[in-house]
Amino acid sequence: MTAPVTIRVQAEDFDLQSEIDRMTGGRGEIGAVVTFTGLCRDEGGRLEALELEHYPGMAEVEMTRIAQAAVERFSLEGITAIHRHGRINVGENIVLVIAAASHRQAAFDGANFMMDFLKTAAPFWKKEHGASGQAGDWIAARDADDAARDKWKN
Amino acid sequence: MTRLVYFAWVRERIGKAEEDIVLPASVRTVSDLLTHLTSLGEEYEAALQFPEVIRVAIDQEHVEHDEPIAGAREIGLFPPMTGG
Repeated sequence: MTAPVTIRVQAEDFDLQSEIDRMTGGRGEIGAVVTFTGLCRDEGGRLEALELEHYPGMAEVEMTRIAQAAVERFSLEGITAIHRHGRINVGENIVLVIAAASHRQAAFDGANFMMDFLKTAAPFWKKEHGASGQAGDWIAARDADDAARDKWKN
Repeated sequence: MTRLVYFAWVRERIGKAEEDIVLPASVRTVSDLLTHLTSLGEEYEAALQFPEVIRVAIDQEHVEHDEPIAGAREIGLFPPMTGG
């Protein structure tokens, strides 16, 4: 069967265990599940929240494209990527990736690949909200994220 | 008419999320579009003063600045992405 690809962009939180169960239920061929959860951190107490903006439509399309590339490249048995938008307070979830495969290396690589491309190619932007309540700056893209993506080129 | 959509600080500096505009025939590529928009006012100039950092999508697909825009229904202009 074709490996299931689940992509969602939503304001509400997600539940890790129910997303894993949804992927693995009745799927005896899955031997490894790797999950990545990205959270809003406080940057040493400086931040209270992030505002996540996205390009509706394109965000889902781009995430689906990356997920399908991951399935093909690592022979995944399934992949789920959920990205939240709107205001996300410190400590809350921002993004979830679940990669399932027969063996662990493909699952690790699949989740890693998904995140590296999601960060650099999926149309989302983060704006900081400071601990003192003031709206801050848009977060700048990091060269390290481009470098992480580029390591998959060969 | 071409629909332009803006995100993040590009949207904030231009002061609107989207607009429909008629482009002169001389505007053939993404790069031409950025130059043209910069001439429309200081808010556009503030948003697009460093065109090399602006990312562009035509009909919700990433493109380079030398891409022709003929036939585009929707062109998105935004900063480098910072999701995840």
